[in-house]
Amino acid sequence: MRALLVALMLLVGSSSALTGVFATPAWAVLPDEVLDDPALEARARELSKGLRCLVCQNESIDESNASLARDLRLLVRERLVAGDTDEEVIDFIVARYGEFVLLNPTTRGANWLLWAAGPAMLLLALGIGVFYVRARAKAPAETETGLSDAEQARLREILKD
Amino acid sequence: MITELGHFALILAFAVAIVQMVVPMIGAHKRWHGWMAVAEPAATAQFLLTAFSFAALMHAFIVSDFSLKLVVENSHSAKPMLYKISGTWGNHEGSMLLWVLILALFGAMAAWFGGNLPPTLKARVLAVQSAVAVAFFAFILFTSNPFLRLAVPPFDGQDLNPLLQDPGLAFHPPFLYLGYVGLSICFSFAVAALIEGRVDAAWGRWVRPWTLAAWVFLTIGIGLGSWWAYYELGWGGFWFWDPVENASFMPWLLAAALLHSAIVVEKREALKSWTILLAILAFGFSLIGTFIVRSGVLTSVHAFANDPERGVFILMILVFFTGGALTLYAARAGVMQAKGVFGTVSRESAVVANNLLLAVSCFVVFVGTMWPLVAEMAFDRKLSVGPPFFDMAFTPFMILLGLLLPVGSMMAWKRGKVGRTLRSLVPALVLAVALAGLVWAMQTGRSLMGPIGVFLGVWLVAGAVTDLLSRLGQSRDFSRLARLPRADWGKTIAHSGLGITMIGIAGLLAWEQEDIRVAQVGERFAVGGFELQLDDVQRVQGPNYVSTMGWVTLFKDGAAVAELNPEKRNYPVAQMPTTEAAIDYRFMRDVYVVIGDAQDDGGWVLRTYIKPLANWIWAGCLIMALGGLVSLTDRRYRVAAGARKTRAAAVPAE
Repeated sequence: MRALLVALMLLVGSSSALTGVFATPAWAVLPDEVLDDPALEARARELSKGLRCLVCQNESIDESNASLARDLRLLVRERLVAGDTDEEVIDFIVARYGEFVLLNPTTRGANWLLWAAGPAMLLLALGIGVFYVRARAKAPAETETGLSDAEQARLREILKD
Repeated sequence: MITELGHFALILAFAVAIVQMVVPMIGAHKRWHGWMAVAEPAATAQFLLTAFSFAALMHAFIVSDFSLKLVVENSHSAKPMLYKISGTWGNHEGSMLLWVLILALFGAMAAWFGGNLPPTLKARVLAVQSAVAVAFFAFILFTSNPFLRLAVPPFDGQDLNPLLQDPGLAFHPPFLYLGYVGLSICFSFAVAALIEGRVDAAWGRWVRPWTLAAWVFLTIGIGLGSWWAYYELGWGGFWFWDPVENASFMPWLLAAALLHSAIVVEKREALKSWTILLAILAFGFSLIGTFIVRSGVLTSVHAFANDPERGVFILMILVFFTGGALTLYAARAGVMQAKGVFGTVSRESAVVANNLLLAVSCFVVFVGTMWPLVAEMAFDRKLSVGPPFFDMAFTPFMILLGLLLPVGSMMAWKRGKVGRTLRSLVPALVLAVALAGLVWAMQTGRSLMGPIGVFLGVWLVAGAVTDLLSRLGQSRDFSRLARLPRADWGKTIAHSGLGITMIGIAGLLAWEQEDIRVAQVGERFAVGGFELQLDDVQRVQGPNYVSTMGWVTLFKDGAAVAELNPEKRNYPVAQMPTTEAAIDYRFMRDVYVVIGDAQDDGGWVLRTYIKPLANWIWAGCLIMALGGLVSLTDRRYRVAAGARKTRAAAVPAE
């Protein structure tokens, strides 16, 4: 228990050095894109992370250096400044660039299959798992010493060699 | 000349592989020992021939032989030697040759170290392994031949993708393939056991070290790739849920499940048919990964061979081997009856839970990765499935896994008691809750991610240590620690590694800070407890690039602690710019500086990130891999190796 206390104190000591780091992140993209209102800018960053850069292979517009990504980032900010809600901005962009632009797929249409696949599989697997474990718990304990007929025969064969 | 010899060796290896696929299989069926014995020298020959072929290709890259099409397309005479060598596998054809080299290597190792296997099982394992090799030799020779010449060689090459010219990425593919392809031997063992119709504790013991080795390599490979993404791509992301990353992650999850369930087969003779299925699926996912990367059906930052013909070929290989093995499984799985009886609360049940979570999380990654393809073909919708989906759908499984792991790993075999296990874990739980609470109190945001990550991480590490200490029994005699089985140490180390990685991921995601500004030379500015000053920016000429390099001094409490040199490089031959971040690596946080473009007012765009606990992510991966290695040196595997020697010595006496 004393060792535990010492360890705890050591950890507290080292993590207090961390306090400077525990702050809400201040995001920005390129210096000239940043909005003056930090709340709006934070929303813009959050939205950009869910939008795909269409000319890149697999990057969000927040990460991409492509000029199209920059145009989209500016568009997002323009809409936000104009007073759109997050949903309105997303709808605005999806209406122009299609569903492909969304990194976070919707639940509309057949997409519910995608979202339900994990939980459904977990339930199914749990069911099978519980069934299996129950069956093993009820199975008659095998005599550990005896050999099966086949094994006896094999043993005889080996001894004959 | 050497190139032609390499080409010829590859064709010979193909021929040897065909022999090794057919002869031992028939021999094992008819019990002809002479035919079965062909497998061993054939596996060695196949490996040596493939190795020679690979060396010949590497030689062409080293001497910059621009009469070879592949060298022209992926190399340049001014490139540093390390990247000339790594250029051998930095392209489709060469990496396929590396793939098949490792396949042959694992086959040969099974032949060399498999002395204690029953002769029929060994012959069948090597034959199945060789069947996979035959398919890939054919793939290389008929669709992706690396040894094609050019009629009119150019004076110089087109250079390797500059992003790949990096030490981390030079070694990332070999490790990844050692893991990926290493799972092939587990697949061969599973198929051979199905043909044999016999799975017992000994089978579990033979399969486990191979799974463990493959998993260790895969862990190192994925860790290296993630670290590379962190420092090379310019903003410090470490995982993108990109189709190709997922392709390596799915086999990793299944290999982790397999190496746990193989323990149950070995110790308790239960979960046999499930373990066989896992072995088939793990390699099946390796093949799916290869298909995703090579066919270009999914857009990815990694896709480097968008060739439908190759894609169809690999799809056929995938369907043949996975489909064939699963059919065989359906026909034979009934033969394998479980023997071990265990209670509902037991270590066996805990491993079942571990396998459920790992397999279902793998399934989630699979569905998410393939969904864009399915949606386009079946519903005519072009859509994306990106990080937000995976973060939401995958993370809960890992949290659940982390919560259950310490309890499950301490549960007694056969019949356990939840109350007793939990009681011994109380100190670990208290420590984890205390530290998570502390972190919660200290952070300014209201994010739960950090505290949850810290809780899980501490719970895992402290739980693993508790587990190891409990092995000492009542005596608490610490001198016995060194004499505990290596497998126990390996388990503790690997589980702690997982905890450390979890802390790192949560810390980085929760508390990262970013500062983007136009910095003037000589100006000093503060970011998250540090001060930075841009001292100078100069053009620097590299071996095959031109660099814009910044000199940035990092101050802590007014004193200079480090000088950082962020770079923006331009590779004129490949006509591609790259950013080279300058990182001050620290235990608790990294300071990550990237230089951007010059501004009209004479300043430079400078991005500074404070990345808390970033190193912990990769340190955790390394520790996990180390745990696997320690476990691999356990006495029971060495004893098995020793048994082989005594038997081999006994042969001449007959």
